[in-house]
Amino acid sequence: MAEEQKGGFFSDLFAPVAGFGVSFATMFRKIPTEEYPEVKWPTAPRYHGRHQLNRHPDGLEKCVGCELCAWACPADAIFVEGADNDDTPVSEGGTGRYSPGERFGRIYQINYLRCIFCGLCIEACPTRALTMTNFYELADDNRADLIFTKEQLLAPLQSGMLAPPHPMAEGMEERDYYLGKVTKATDAQQQWSDEHAAEYTVSSTTTSEGETR
Amino acid sequence: MGYGIEEKLPSGILLSSVEEIVGLSHKSSMWPVTFGLACCAIEMMAVGGPHYDIARFGMERFSASPRQADLMIVAGRVSQKMAPVVRQVYDQMANPKWVISMGVCASSGGMFNNYAIVQGVDHIIPVDIYLPGCPPRPEMLLNAIVQLHKEKVRHRPLGANRAAAAKRAEEAAMAAVPTQLQPATHDHGGYVGKNLLA
Repeated sequence: MAEEQKGGFFSDLFAPVAGFGVSFATMFRKIPTEEYPEVKWPTAPRYHGRHQLNRHPDGLEKCVGCELCAWACPADAIFVEGADNDDTPVSEGGTGRYSPGERFGRIYQINYLRCIFCGLCIEACPTRALTMTNFYELADDNRADLIFTKEQLLAPLQSGMLAPPHPMAEGMEERDYYLGKVTKATDAQQQWSDEHAAEYTVSSTTTSEGETR
Repeated sequence: MGYGIEEKLPSGILLSSVEEIVGLSHKSSMWPVTFGLACCAIEMMAVGGPHYDIARFGMERFSASPRQADLMIVAGRVSQKMAPVVRQVYDQMANPKWVISMGVCASSGGMFNNYAIVQGVDHIIPVDIYLPGCPPRPEMLLNAIVQLHKEKVRHRPLGANRAAAAKRAEEAAMAAVPTQLQPATHDHGGYVGKNLLA
């Protein structure tokens, strides 16, 4: 401090413009700005973004409709309603099988204007049906469109998957799905799906209407 | 842009071009009013810094005076006591003005579903863009601003077109059915007619 106050001829001369040196030197530094809409930097790999409802490798949904996510949610953002899986044919009043085991999530909604992306629902989920993606561009111009329904949250069908409803892989129990014994939709499931696709279009549309709010 | 000749022009090709130019100038020079209320304000300030650089969108400064501001970013939970202040600041802003409801607390009350917090700032002021997140990351706010530009600012109707738009909006509002009178979308027993997600 004392040295600065003493000052030589040149330091006195350049003192008034010394501050500009910082601005000038910045011109030669790397630009830190993220040019957002054009260039998107990746998030952290475990970033809490939009949810996703996962599927088993044969296309059946992992969600069993237990509502534990809704119970865990501190903001009451999740609404789930389960229903029974039904293996009886649609001609005899069956409603179809959507997940292995007893129950499936018939209605699944997440209100993104309540969700605080804390991830407690992910921790609560016993089947890893609900996980989070890194997607974050969720802004919208009305409140209703930010209540995401099951169709919006479900993971897309990947190769080897069949759109439910269809029966479980033959010879497999529910626990075999979690032991990784089912790797893709079998030929029998494919055949069943081809035969019964027309029957379930009606019931699936009624389900989707029921889920839209 | 004041209300000058562009408000008197007849609708048609001429007014469309004027709307385009006015929209472009609004888009590239829009000052937000500082309205940080809670933790979202920290992210909003981060957007003002060099890493995210809100100045790239023509928002050179956060205006501390509502008269000089075009955009209100309500960042944070609005308490009942703050509500009249929010409304007053909004009223003091000059037209045209826009509102971004930043974060879940401002948008719907978020996890604070209690008597102290207004359950959505749209109970007080009209909101143009709702932005989820708790708090939203800075990119999400930039995304909301881009959405606002695209949906509300670029093609804002003027003059005769705006009168027609206002009439349509009023007719739609008169025809709207309250939520509790809308037909139930679920067939779950016992809950029909109750608003579960309010």
